[in-house]
Amino acid sequence: MIDELLANLRYRIGAVVRKPRIDFALFGALLLLMGIGLATLYSAGDLDGGLVLAQALRFGLGLTVMFVIARVPPSRLRDWTPWLYAGSVVLLVLVTLLGEGRGAHRWLDLGFVRFQPSELLKLTMPMMVAWYLDGRPLPPGWATLGVVGVLIAIPAGLIAEQPDLGTALLIAASGAFGVFLSGIAWWRIGLLLGGFVALIPIGWPFLHDYQRNRVLTLLDPEADPLGKGWHIIQSKIAVGSGGIWGKGWHQGTQSRLEFLPEHTTDFIFSVFAEEWGLVGVVLLLALYVFIIGRCLWIAAEARDTYARLLAGAIAMSLFVYVVVNGGMIAGILPVVGVPLPLMSYGGTSAVSMLAGFGVLMSIHAHRRMRGGKS
Amino acid sequence: MPSSFRLVREARVEAATFRRRALVGLLLIVAFLVALAGRFAWLQVLHHDELSARSDANRIVTRPLPPTRGLIYDRNGVLLAENVAAFRLEVTPEQVDDMPAMLAELGRVVALDTDDLERFEALRKRQRSYESIPLRMKLSEEEIARFSINRWAFPGVEVVPYLTRSYPLGAGFAHVVGYVGRIDENDLARLDRGDYAGTTHVGKTGIERFYEERLHGTPGYERIEVNADHRPLRVLERVAPKPGQNLHLTIDARVQAVGEAAFEERPGAAVAIDPRNGEVLAMVSVPSFDPNLFVNGISKTDYAALLEHPGKPLLNRVLRGRYVPGSTMKPFVGLAGLEYGIRKPSDTVLSTGEFFIPGQSRGYRDDVRGGHGRVDLVQAIAQSANTYFYSVALDLGIDRLSAFMRDFGFGAPTGIDLVGESAGVLPSREWKRANLNQPWYPGETVIAGIGQGYWVVTPLQLAQAVAILAARGTPHVPHLLREIQDDFSTEPVPAPVPPARPNVMRNPDDWIAIEQGMVAVLASGTARGIDRGFPYVIAGKTGTAERFSRTDETWTSISTSPIERHQVLFEAFTPAETPRIAVIAALEAGRSGARDAAPIVRAILDAWLPGDIAENGPPPAAAGSAP
Repeated sequence: MIDELLANLRYRIGAVVRKPRIDFALFGALLLLMGIGLATLYSAGDLDGGLVLAQALRFGLGLTVMFVIARVPPSRLRDWTPWLYAGSVVLLVLVTLLGEGRGAHRWLDLGFVRFQPSELLKLTMPMMVAWYLDGRPLPPGWATLGVVGVLIAIPAGLIAEQPDLGTALLIAASGAFGVFLSGIAWWRIGLLLGGFVALIPIGWPFLHDYQRNRVLTLLDPEADPLGKGWHIIQSKIAVGSGGIWGKGWHQGTQSRLEFLPEHTTDFIFSVFAEEWGLVGVVLLLALYVFIIGRCLWIAAEARDTYARLLAGAIAMSLFVYVVVNGGMIAGILPVVGVPLPLMSYGGTSAVSMLAGFGVLMSIHAHRRMRGGKS
Repeated sequence: MPSSFRLVREARVEAATFRRRALVGLLLIVAFLVALAGRFAWLQVLHHDELSARSDANRIVTRPLPPTRGLIYDRNGVLLAENVAAFRLEVTPEQVDDMPAMLAELGRVVALDTDDLERFEALRKRQRSYESIPLRMKLSEEEIARFSINRWAFPGVEVVPYLTRSYPLGAGFAHVVGYVGRIDENDLARLDRGDYAGTTHVGKTGIERFYEERLHGTPGYERIEVNADHRPLRVLERVAPKPGQNLHLTIDARVQAVGEAAFEERPGAAVAIDPRNGEVLAMVSVPSFDPNLFVNGISKTDYAALLEHPGKPLLNRVLRGRYVPGSTMKPFVGLAGLEYGIRKPSDTVLSTGEFFIPGQSRGYRDDVRGGHGRVDLVQAIAQSANTYFYSVALDLGIDRLSAFMRDFGFGAPTGIDLVGESAGVLPSREWKRANLNQPWYPGETVIAGIGQGYWVVTPLQLAQAVAILAARGTPHVPHLLREIQDDFSTEPVPAPVPPARPNVMRNPDDWIAIEQGMVAVLASGTARGIDRGFPYVIAGKTGTAERFSRTDETWTSISTSPIERHQVLFEAFTPAETPRIAVIAALEAGRSGARDAAPIVRAILDAWLPGDIAENGPPPAAAGSAP
């Protein structure tokens, strides 16, 4: 029995190694991005090898997760989806009740590992939306949209309550992208967006003070240059002083001299922009565009609606991370704790991101063959 | 299987819908990211210069390195002002949570008076919170020890070593060297911020003030890279400060000390000048004060004590004392008579005890009842016969008399290298018109002839005039700076000397009779015996000035007046033929010039003599006082 299990395990591991079900274009782009991430981190952490090693280990863990998920057929993922979604929502409720974290209840301590359940939703949210829409007539009508709305609102509301508005919006967006890709009529999109914009003034008083301050600070960072405005000002100085060609690797004084806060995590893009300049920024954004485009390509090739919507939603959420993080460090969006994918230091984010790419690899491996029988 | 076909068809439609949506999505994403890249371009290209400057401003702090103040020596290398190591308390406001509470607590460990706190608050408003601010200067060893034990309780407070100014000879030079003090609001208004960044003290009076620029030096600076906590990380650039110049004064500290002692604390002033070049050899103002009190901020009680002291120790009598010159003017008036050709040395005047302006009944008296008899110029000076000079003055008229006196420097500041000199009063029609808005009367010319009336001179003016007389009419500007040393590796070089003005005498022979008269003052006249035992012949003149003119009706009471009624003076130069020193002494109260002022002059000459011998060789053995 145990021998059988071990043999099975050995076979499966062997299969991962011998015949990895990966898309080499996407994988190559991810490796390049992680390499850039580690190099930037090495500089931002002031040549702290330990920091880079820790991040590399997380990348290793994330890649392992990616390879394992890549071997799981999308059909099996689809079968697990409601349970995974329900499980992550339960964890969210738990973390709200007994979690810990700096001023915000985000972390769940399982003894051997601490993680943020909200990270799970980054995957299970688009999965759930794709799963639900897969069984419905498309394009979706109001009834379907209503159910999807509830599916999105429950976890997003719980996360916003932690409070972590940035992540809540990201997760809501990942669900919404599924709806968008399912072919929802443009006029419905118009109505929904209009309604959302109309809700902003109503929702404003429900925001926490610090959240409101972040928005107000964005409008006028110089009002409190040493306090609330510090992050935005110092980040803009870092970016702007980088110029076209940048100050060079490990020459960025803003991060090296600690003017730039959080320069290994949320603000690592500032470090990159300071050291590599506009040229580096454009190339990095191009790399993200390539990854997102490749993911959408994989989605378009997917065998069924579930896989398509899931892959597409994951791909488009990636864009939200880049825009929100980039907008923040460039001083056009409020300061929210959104990491730059595979660049920011931090384990949970890297692993969940790579797990998402694992799903894409799986979908790619089980794609609809051109000219073949479906 | 139509349903299957339908499903396949639906799936195809869905896939097609998805591809369209994915394309739209990708286009939107690219549009957003291009917009984001546009924002980066805006920051990194259009605003690069501005943000780059702010990045440098962030990381580079320029810290001034104050120069070391130059030292001050006397002419023989005696140290008059030096820099000594001391310790002060400095506070970095950024590191103090509750400043009032901390100061209150600190006050229990180290005494802080209101002056300290006020100055601290004023500086605190001007400086950035991460710059440390001096709170208490010159900690005693006990205070340092007490603070060290308690320092854990005072984060942000540090004991910092610094150099402080010290005046080893104290009160003896307070009116010459002056003192430095903490830079205050007034100083900030006149000083260059850049030059004084990091400097805490500035010259307030005396040489310290006048030669501030030489003494201060040039500050250097350090450009330091700091992190966001302003912690210095490394020095990018260092320009060393250039220390101030060391100044060697013309003053002889020994002569100065002897002169001061000779006053025996009676209020007055004495000045000694080398008539050959205008070098001030001694400059005494009594009483004086300890300049060290002012360096780190004088306490209110000490300051009040100085202000309330009846002798006004803060008054620099040499520069601003107001003395009626009295008979010390007579040699000058006599000389004026010769120079204008209205008297020959042999001309005599009959002194009867009272002088009348023709046609007036008011009498101008002699010092001696019944007068001095018939006197020529030499006798008139020797015996201080008023009548002779009354008549000379009357014959000259006030215009010629004041013009002549102006050439000897009266009525205007001498131009010495000190701040705050008074002009005194040179009696003249213009002066009286401007100040009293009255016409001039001949009687005023008469009393001006004996140094009375409107006359007011400063001791420095009188000394300058005597020096000009001794130099046979060549006026040198009195000055205190003799040599300048750029730094300790170079030799001192002579300081630039203000050029001598043209000789003020018309006929050099006129000088001889005046010199003879002044020699006779010591040989047989009013100051007989003052030169006893002195190797050179001394020429001098006493002055015992009345606070009231001789026309006063209380002649008798004044003749037996108490000491307080007289300002007494003595002027002298020696050696009489080739003078190398001119000295004057003035006392605000005394019996007579000969009895109280002349001994001070003699003491100064005695103290001067060894230096002169060292410089010019021993006096001829035959020289000595005439009987």
